[in-house]
Amino acid sequence: MHGTNDLILRTATVLISFILFAFSIYLFLAGHNAPGGGFVGGLMTASAIVLMYMAYGERAVSKIIPVNYRFLIPTGLLIALLTGAGSFAFGEPFLNQTFGHFHIPLLGDKELATALLFDLGVYLTVVGITMTIILSIAGDRE
Amino acid sequence: MMSNLAVLPIIIPLVSGILLAFFHTKTPFVRHAAKLLSVISTGVAAYVFYYVLQNGTVTLETGGWEAPYGIVLVADLLAVTLVLTTNIIGLACIFYAPHSLTEQKEKFYFYTFFFLLITGVSGAFLTGDLFNLFVFFEVLLMASYALITLGGEKVQLRESIKYVLVNLFSSIVFVTTVAFLYSVLGTVNMAQMAERVQEVEQQGILTTIGILLFFVFATKAALFPLYYWLPKPYTVPNPVVSAMFAALLTKVGVYSIIRMFTLVFVHKMEVTHELFIWIAGFTLVFGAIGALSTNNIKLVIAYNIIPAVGFMVMGVGIYNQTALSGSVYYMISDMIIKAALFLLAGAVAHVVGTPDLRKMKGLIHQLPLLGWLLFISAFVLAGVPPFSGFIGKLMIMQGGFADGEIAIVIIGLLSSLLILYSIMKIFVRGFWGEKDESITIDKKTVTALTWPVAFLVFFTVLLGIGAEMFYPVVDDISNQLMNPEIYIDSVFKE
Amino acid sequence: MEIIMSVVAGILFAAGIYNLLQKQLLRIVIGTVILSNGAHLFILTMGKLKRGAPPVLEYGVSEYADPLPQALILTSIVISFGLTSLLLVLSYRAAQENNTDNMEKLRGNHDE
Repeated sequence: MHGTNDLILRTATVLISFILFAFSIYLFLAGHNAPGGGFVGGLMTASAIVLMYMAYGERAVSKIIPVNYRFLIPTGLLIALLTGAGSFAFGEPFLNQTFGHFHIPLLGDKELATALLFDLGVYLTVVGITMTIILSIAGDRE
Repeated sequence: MMSNLAVLPIIIPLVSGILLAFFHTKTPFVRHAAKLLSVISTGVAAYVFYYVLQNGTVTLETGGWEAPYGIVLVADLLAVTLVLTTNIIGLACIFYAPHSLTEQKEKFYFYTFFFLLITGVSGAFLTGDLFNLFVFFEVLLMASYALITLGGEKVQLRESIKYVLVNLFSSIVFVTTVAFLYSVLGTVNMAQMAERVQEVEQQGILTTIGILLFFVFATKAALFPLYYWLPKPYTVPNPVVSAMFAALLTKVGVYSIIRMFTLVFVHKMEVTHELFIWIAGFTLVFGAIGALSTNNIKLVIAYNIIPAVGFMVMGVGIYNQTALSGSVYYMISDMIIKAALFLLAGAVAHVVGTPDLRKMKGLIHQLPLLGWLLFISAFVLAGVPPFSGFIGKLMIMQGGFADGEIAIVIIGLLSSLLILYSIMKIFVRGFWGEKDESITIDKKTVTALTWPVAFLVFFTVLLGIGAEMFYPVVDDISNQLMNPEIYIDSVFKE
Repeated sequence: MEIIMSVVAGILFAAGIYNLLQKQLLRIVIGTVILSNGAHLFILTMGKLKRGAPPVLEYGVSEYADPLPQALILTSIVISFGLTSLLLVLSYRAAQENNTDNMEKLRGNHDE
């Protein structure tokens, strides 16, 4: 993907992509109790990255985000699966989940759930798959 | 019995697939790791099989959600038997793969998709929830889409488009059917569905939905008149992939038919099961004719999948304990022998350079072991005693006679003859005759390709000769199938 | 409300199947997308439509919407998302490799 010369798009992207990233992380953390979750958060992140690709081109963006998206897919799957299989160690059925309240410095009392780890796996997988597909089609032209 | 054992045959191939994806560029390492992981997976499947055989059905309520509300996995004897068979076939294919695939294809995540396919198939066998069955169908289909296009040749891409579209359409119909069932029954748990259908004695609307569901599974299982998509796409990918498809994909469809129409929709037999007998008859005839119509050895074997499916569905249609035993026995034997035949045809095509039968002669001089393995396979497939195909067919026929379904039994016998002829044609034309000097063989590769085939053929011969040993297991399976309350109790009792 | 939604789902199915029967590959892909959206709408309708009720049972809430169809749809949407993207890549590659996107010409020869 080549970058564009459109000044409006390039300037707006700087702002919009950060809003998108922030919102995607909010969605990801809001999941499992409220609307949101790994899937939507992942799609949102992917759309932010795609926007950056459209504005600045492949060379610039792959320098900023040096991630092999293909690598994210098995990583995400492995995290999700191991979270599910982690219940084996406690003699609980597969995919069992739990949560607890923890006191974290600066943030105060927060609820942490193992579902979040599972969601992290989903998030990484979705970002990986979406980016792999889009980049493989887009890279074909050149 | 509640235990995490039920989920192990799903998790282990999944983890294997994911782990191998990390190392996909290091081919020699991945090859050996895949063999090792496949052996582990088979070992675990064998243990689960043994455990279920000793202790009865094992269930697992995933995530701790109780049975009708959460997704439940039910490892009953039928499911674990098929999972074990799947793993044995996978084992043979993994050992065959490095000698048949190019290194470039192996690097392109072949082993990952291979294990994902096994994950999907095992999951489909083990799940006790209709929507979850759909999800596992999609898992195995996704893997199969990736495998069928692996390499990306012109023909492959062309045929795989059709394959994907047909399966996609039937999947959408599947979702719609689940929606129908949910609105009528208010559940997607198979055991609870069975209970509720029994309460209302399967009213007309439920029978209609049942037939719609049968349409979905019949498309996946390639029954008449929905088999048209099957033969061509199955011949285009690598022999390993074809073997996995032929052995597993259609059988998942047949398994789903057996499960749904022995557990849930069993109260209007005169409509549903009578229909199956007719469809099975047509499937037998058209599949066998298709197998005679071509000189492409891969296509001959691909067409042979169809009458085999016909036999299995015939057993379900007749619906008595003997016939169901026959169906299950034939299914196990057919899974193994189809994989063996595709691997064998792949090896022959590899040596000759073309799957065209007209360009082969006298191969017995160069490939004696492969030739005799083909000879045995033909007998197994057609059902000549004492091989395993015979025992399965015999039981289906016995069941048919007991229920007075004489016509279908005769069709079955005649189509068996055609099947025997279609495979013998390969043996007679390709293997007999004068030695073809133009064919040179690479001894090492051929030996490596022959062993997995011999391994599988050995299993079918064992299934035939050792029938005394396996019959009680199969009889137990069909007993469970004939009495749905055993399945329902195992899900709800605890 | 359920009846209107069923009719809408029916229209989506009809449009999807019409597109599925076209010759051009892209239309077929669009047909599958419409078809799966019809199926998703249908699941939602079959789970009884309700307004203003939370999907999950909470303390003090007596009326709640059925959460199961929503879980089913979410799963189904994710699957069809994956399938659509796969189908797009596949048809793009197939059209490129075979130099045509016309299904009539993708039929293949008899002896291959």
